[in-house]
Amino acid sequence: MARTGRKNPARRVLIWLVAIFAALTAVLGGGVIAGQASWAPKLALDLEGGTQMILAPKVEGTSEINEDQLNQAVAIIRQRVDGSGVAEAEISTQSGRNVVVSLPGTPSKETRALIQASADMNFRPVIAATDGAPVPPESRTKDANLPKPTAKPKDASDINWVTADVYKAFEALDCVNPAQDKQERSDPTKPLVTCEPATDVSPAIKYILGPVEVKGQDITSSSFGPVQGAQGSVTNDWAVNITFNESATKTFRAVTERLNQFYLASQSQGGNDPKAQFAIVLDDQVISAPRSLAVITDGRPQITGNFTEESAKALADQLRYGALPISFDIQSEEQISATLGGEQLRLGLLAGVIGLLLVVVYSLFQYRALGFVTIASLVVAGGLTYLAIAILGWTENYRLSLAGVAGLIVAIGQTADSFIVYFERIRDELREGKGLVSAVENGWKRAKRTVLASKAVNLLAALVLYFVAVGNVRGFAFTLGLTALADLLVVFMFTHPTLQLLARTKFFGEGHRFSGLDPERLGAVPLYRGAGRLRTPTEKPAVVRPRNTGAVAEAERRMTIAERRLAEKQGELSGTSNGSGTSAGSKEGK
Amino acid sequence: MSSSFARFGNELYTGKRSYDFVGTKKIWFLIAAVLMAVSILLPVAKGGFNLGIEFRGGSEFTVSNVKTTDASLGEKAVHDVVPGAVPRVANVAGDTMRIQTDKLSDDETLRIKEGLTSAYGVTDNEVTSTFIGPTWGQDVTRQALIGLVVFVGLAAVLMALYFRTWKMSVSALVGMVVTMLITAGVYSASDFEVTPSAIIGFLTVLSYSLYDTVVVFDKIRENTADIGTSTRRTFSGEVNLAVNQTLVRSINTMMVAVLPVAAILFIGAGLLGAGTLRDLSLALFVGILIGTAATIFIAAPLYAWLRQGEPELVKQARKVASRHSAGNASDGEPVTA
Repeated sequence: MARTGRKNPARRVLIWLVAIFAALTAVLGGGVIAGQASWAPKLALDLEGGTQMILAPKVEGTSEINEDQLNQAVAIIRQRVDGSGVAEAEISTQSGRNVVVSLPGTPSKETRALIQASADMNFRPVIAATDGAPVPPESRTKDANLPKPTAKPKDASDINWVTADVYKAFEALDCVNPAQDKQERSDPTKPLVTCEPATDVSPAIKYILGPVEVKGQDITSSSFGPVQGAQGSVTNDWAVNITFNESATKTFRAVTERLNQFYLASQSQGGNDPKAQFAIVLDDQVISAPRSLAVITDGRPQITGNFTEESAKALADQLRYGALPISFDIQSEEQISATLGGEQLRLGLLAGVIGLLLVVVYSLFQYRALGFVTIASLVVAGGLTYLAIAILGWTENYRLSLAGVAGLIVAIGQTADSFIVYFERIRDELREGKGLVSAVENGWKRAKRTVLASKAVNLLAALVLYFVAVGNVRGFAFTLGLTALADLLVVFMFTHPTLQLLARTKFFGEGHRFSGLDPERLGAVPLYRGAGRLRTPTEKPAVVRPRNTGAVAEAERRMTIAERRLAEKQGELSGTSNGSGTSAGSKEGK
Repeated sequence: MSSSFARFGNELYTGKRSYDFVGTKKIWFLIAAVLMAVSILLPVAKGGFNLGIEFRGGSEFTVSNVKTTDASLGEKAVHDVVPGAVPRVANVAGDTMRIQTDKLSDDETLRIKEGLTSAYGVTDNEVTSTFIGPTWGQDVTRQALIGLVVFVGLAAVLMALYFRTWKMSVSALVGMVVTMLITAGVYSASDFEVTPSAIIGFLTVLSYSLYDTVVVFDKIRENTADIGTSTRRTFSGEVNLAVNQTLVRSINTMMVAVLPVAAILFIGAGLLGAGTLRDLSLALFVGILIGTAATIFIAAPLYAWLRQGEPELVKQARKVASRHSAGNASDGEPVTA
């Protein structure tokens, strides 16, 4: 009765473990079938090869950027990169001049644009606008007909800014297939010919813009939210709100007073005069060109029209970063050689395999057949860790770095320690003369505490490192924490139940000499010593109790050194060699 | 061999064989003090640690699958572009060369990269170039130090709560400090570069050291739970017995933990050369060995020493002494409380 009573819970726990495995595999398999996940864990820069970008801050004029500004730039880029879901991006400064961004894999166009778009932002009035395709060379305006400014421009919207050169550039400009080579940053005091790139909802547009009237760093804040209706009700339209500082408020008021005139004048044609628009220019590209429907006197313009929540947020973010008076160009961008990455991965795995083999050999040597339980437990822990990493790679974009691999290899030892602590406790119980079944139960009760306490230290270390550290250290801490959790799961749900079941087998239960739990070898004092001698009362091993009554009684039951020596001596006298005695006395219930 | 190790374990468990770690504590404390002093003085004498490029800043090229490992080729490639530069060219492992220089401009980098490609007869994608500003390493170090302080603080509280005595926390932390200092000393003596990877290694040693101590201390806690009512052994005796009883576990755990690390160390140093694996594993390799020893020789004896002056334990020790002198240990029936 008692046997089936204890056997079933062990089986049940093992079935639960299989269920967890099946569930994790199903989750990952589902992801793979859906085409979002992959069976192989994602790899980081140093294993996969990857991209490193060096961003050169560009400052208008000659003013040097100071350390504070550079640090601010790094913080902003870090925030942007982290926000884009790229793991293990390393962002550092180089020689106080450049910002280095390392990204695993090849960054998507969006990520690249996000990093690069760090903001040379300003506001220019629109002088002319048309759709983005270039005018075919044969139908371009003849030289004789090109505009010839008759006077000095009197304000930023003045048509006199458009010289023959500007107009030629405007006609030739191709915004549908924009040229990749970046030009020098434009002169804020001169007109600019540029594009608004095509988006999902609008085609590409090209513009002639007047000189800069308001600078991006004059923005004190920007936000987005739903447009308030007439009675303060919330509508479905989204708006972006800008707040200017004091001086820009005055300037912007003057600008909108002028632009609003164009709007009012053209209202008979639907208010479509491009001169009524002011363009928000980021890195010399127009990101938005709203019309000035009203004069803004309080320095708090609101931009509306055709925004989704997403696009409103994107513009508000761009405007906020526009306040930073630094802009970046990707000066060099290089692939970390995939050869080296592959080599590191190969050798890292080789180190892992060698390490694992050494552990296997040592376990078998030390624990005989019990060593197989260690190996099986390590395999189960490894399987759980692999599934977790693959799933996290899919859901959290977690990438395994070389430091992470090292963390996994180091974890082999720390995981195996849980089993060692447990096995040694079982052996201690056997030395007390207990039968294997009760030794497993009692040993587990005491090992459990130790394992929990020590793993808590490991988890604490992993957590602290993960939340405090930067870059590579995080990847390492993550795998360390993950394996500590997997270890706990395995020790509770695999190793212990397995031993409970094994304790009932003949091989282990009778303490076969290769089982690693041979009471004889462990020096347990058998009831019957052969050669017709029964044990003497002083050698009496502890009474097998159904429950562990704790360390208090335990310590008292232990034999003294002298008792042990006496027993040894008697054993020698009786001529029983170490390997030949039966171990009948240690079997429970026989 | 295995069977003799098992017998070794038996004898340690029963007390037949016993190493007096606690009684000889003065020797161990002295050795630890000397080693710590050396560990502190050595880097000072050498003028600091051998800091990696992550801390110095500079440019680094790694060339894989080279045809020849002649270092002068690399130096020439650098000198052709920057005549005054002092490149460090090293064959880090097998057919991989590493060339480190001071900071280079992007143009210089590209030209040196081309020079290295032709000098070593490799293709373009087998040359990796990196530039590191000096702030990266400092960033890592500062964060690591914050992590260290937070972790040690939390771990001390955790241990004090679990063991119900701050003296165990203090002993464990002292053992940890000894481990860290000596590991750092060995690192300095080895002349390996201190890189962010090495810092990771140190942080892991920190965690391992406390982990190992907790396992042994848990046995001490168990053995000394009834010390007030037992006259079998003195407090120090019980501590020593616990250390002996867990000695086989300590050795096995140390071996199992150190074997994979040794594999990384030899793969990392032998085949891959300098890099994450080697720097990380040296710190770990040394740290695990020292950490295991520090638990046995420093932390446990220190705990016994911290507690043995407590009035109750002094009284208990007197009882044990009188029992030993009155009777003799040989007919020592278990004394029930």
